[in-house]
Amino acid sequence: MELIRLDNITKTYHMGEIDVPVLKGVSLSIAKGELASLTGASGSGKSTLMNILGCLDRPTSGQYWLDGQNVAGMSSDQRALVRNRSIGFVFQNFNLLPRTSALHQVIMPLAYTAAELSDRQARQRAQALLERVGLGDRMDHEPSQLSGGQQQRVAIARALINKPPLLLADEPTGNLDSHTSQEVLEMFHQLNEQEGITVLLVTHDPTVAASARRTIHISDGLIAAPRDGQDQFRLAGAGSAEVPTR
Amino acid sequence: MKSFFRTFKTAGQALMRNITRSVLTCLGIIIGIAAVIAMMEIGNGVSALNAKAISGLGANTIMIMPGTAASGGITFGAGSLLTLTPQDCDAIAQECPAISAAAPTVSTSAQLIYANRNWVPMQITGTTPAYLDVRAWGLDEGSMFTDQDVRNSAKVCIIGQTIKRQLFGDEDPIGREMRLGHVSIRVVGVLQRKGANMMGRDQDDLLIAPWTTIKYRVSGSTGSASAASSSSSVSDAVNTLNNLYPSTGVQLYPVPSASQQANTPQPVRFTNINTIMASANSTQEIPVAIEQVTQLLRQRHRLRPDQPDDFQVRDMTEFANALGQSTSLISNLLLIVATISLMVGGVGIMNIMLVSVTERTREIGLRMAVGARSRDILRQFIIEAILLCLLGGAVGILLGRGVSLLARWLAHFPTAISIPAIVASVVVAASVGLIFGFYPAWKASRLDPIEALRYE
Ligand SMILES: Nc1ncnc2c1ncn2[C@@H]1O[C@H](COP(=O)(O)OP(=O)(O)OP(=O)(O)O)[C@@H](O)[C@H]1O
Ligand SMILES: [Mg+2]
Repeated sequence: MELIRLDNITKTYHMGEIDVPVLKGVSLSIAKGELASLTGASGSGKSTLMNILGCLDRPTSGQYWLDGQNVAGMSSDQRALVRNRSIGFVFQNFNLLPRTSALHQVIMPLAYTAAELSDRQARQRAQALLERVGLGDRMDHEPSQLSGGQQQRVAIARALINKPPLLLADEPTGNLDSHTSQEVLEMFHQLNEQEGITVLLVTHDPTVAASARRTIHISDGLIAAPRDGQDQFRLAGAGSAEVPTR
Repeated sequence: MKSFFRTFKTAGQALMRNITRSVLTCLGIIIGIAAVIAMMEIGNGVSALNAKAISGLGANTIMIMPGTAASGGITFGAGSLLTLTPQDCDAIAQECPAISAAAPTVSTSAQLIYANRNWVPMQITGTTPAYLDVRAWGLDEGSMFTDQDVRNSAKVCIIGQTIKRQLFGDEDPIGREMRLGHVSIRVVGVLQRKGANMMGRDQDDLLIAPWTTIKYRVSGSTGSASAASSSSSVSDAVNTLNNLYPSTGVQLYPVPSASQQANTPQPVRFTNINTIMASANSTQEIPVAIEQVTQLLRQRHRLRPDQPDDFQVRDMTEFANALGQSTSLISNLLLIVATISLMVGGVGIMNIMLVSVTERTREIGLRMAVGARSRDILRQFIIEAILLCLLGGAVGILLGRGVSLLARWLAHFPTAISIPAIVASVVVAASVGLIFGFYPAWKASRLDPIEALRYE
């Protein structure tokens, strides 16, 4: 069952007179329950692609189906709802609210949910998630009172508060040392295995990439051919990824 | 509703995160609202004082004057006819529900002599004890003459402070005999000081005596009593003064037929008075009182519907209006000043909200990334601005009340709490927040999530 399907996605930035093509026709398919890593050289368009996948940005052209919904044609309000309900986004620089306790960081996305949770239920859910990421004793800490790894785990808990089927992480370990990176990575694997959440993470680290069951390589705005049979878990329907159309 | 409440909480938390700045931002609103409240409360006190002053001057007073005589196209001015009687006065006092008291007055001018001093009072008024009620005037010493004195034309009087000073100096005037014209008259009371009236006339230069005394003993005038009496037959022949008045022979009231007269015998009216002073129950009831008096007098004077009034009714409304106008001019000016200070405060709010939006661009981007729609962001920032203004307004209201209480205690300035001002302040503060918070909030809501997240 496929969760994400990209069909010939392009993204071109306009810098004044100059057009900067970043994605040049990306087609890709990711199944439910996959844990895939996205690699590529710096400036190859990984973040650009992640932003499109996370409904934060719109492609210049192409189709994007998320869970059967055509996201490319959605209004900004509808995309906000998709971001809220279906996608958890983890950033390289954590993006926590300053001077706000971990608990409130995690509850925050619920303010925009139509689902009527009582304040107590919301709090309980956030507490459970913080315990899940191992921060049960740090709920009242503000970002400045947390280590980098702890901050990223708060961010992960926040991404999970609406129980999204898809978790996107753009270099989640980029600002962390190797030990904490390992912990955070472990967390993604657990979430993928235990909760069945589909995880897509961008990374520069070859060992991180190797730990994922599938690696997608992007180079010069196109999905590159899979290496060493890493693509064994990929579904047959996603074959178009190797033959990008210009 | 719940999400609205949550937005409110979020806004409160955001303000708390920068408490010093929030307070400083509010300062414009606080000062503006405090100024409005303090000024309104003090202004309220002043206008209450004004109202008291007006009623002290007789704002409730209604003057009923005789009508105007006209003959051959020549009009002779108010009072040229004597159509009012003491009975009219009694009837007004008793039969008009909106009238609390009524007193007839006659006036004259005469010299006062006591020992080796003499003085011509500006005003010598003959009336009944009810006069003091009508004018809301009290006595400093002694007592008012009585209705009995009025019936007896007793030679007693009460005097104003000016006369007391001029004739008696430090002496106690009570019980002293003076000469008023050619009549010896005894002082039984001294009026309270009233000061100058609005025209600057000294109201304390006044002597009050029973109207019968003034009319029959002092001025000795029988007036043109017959001129106005409807069925005058007694005095016409003997009163040569009649010739002086052009109204002679004018038929004021329809002459009743013989049988009518037989059926309703009318007492002959012997006396007339200059004016009747009456006081309405309250300033608001003056129009009603005037209406009632007019009805009653027309009926008593047997005027047909097509006939004009043979009397005039005047009140002090114009004075009261003039005073009210100056008060409202002042409060309008205050309102303008307050509006300007609120505008300045509002611009301050807008400025800080714009800074806040720029500063929190990443937060906005993040909120959008986790699912906030642009309208959620718009709402959050507008509510933040409104909350800021409302808190400023609340502090301003307390501050304003404090200032007005201080003015009351330290300067003994009259103040009165103004609920409309408080309600208006809250509404205005919220509107200022809405108006000046909208642009920054709108700017925030237009941010692109990606760019906002990347903002350094
Ligand atoms: N807003 C923008 N305007 C113009 N060009 C942009 C914009 N955002 C990104 N680019 C360009 O798009 C290209 C891809 O950027 P992107 O951030 O996707 O790279 P990346 O693969 O994530 O790199 P890294 O690994 O360093 O994070 C870069 O060459 C960048 O200059
Ligand atoms: Mg990147």
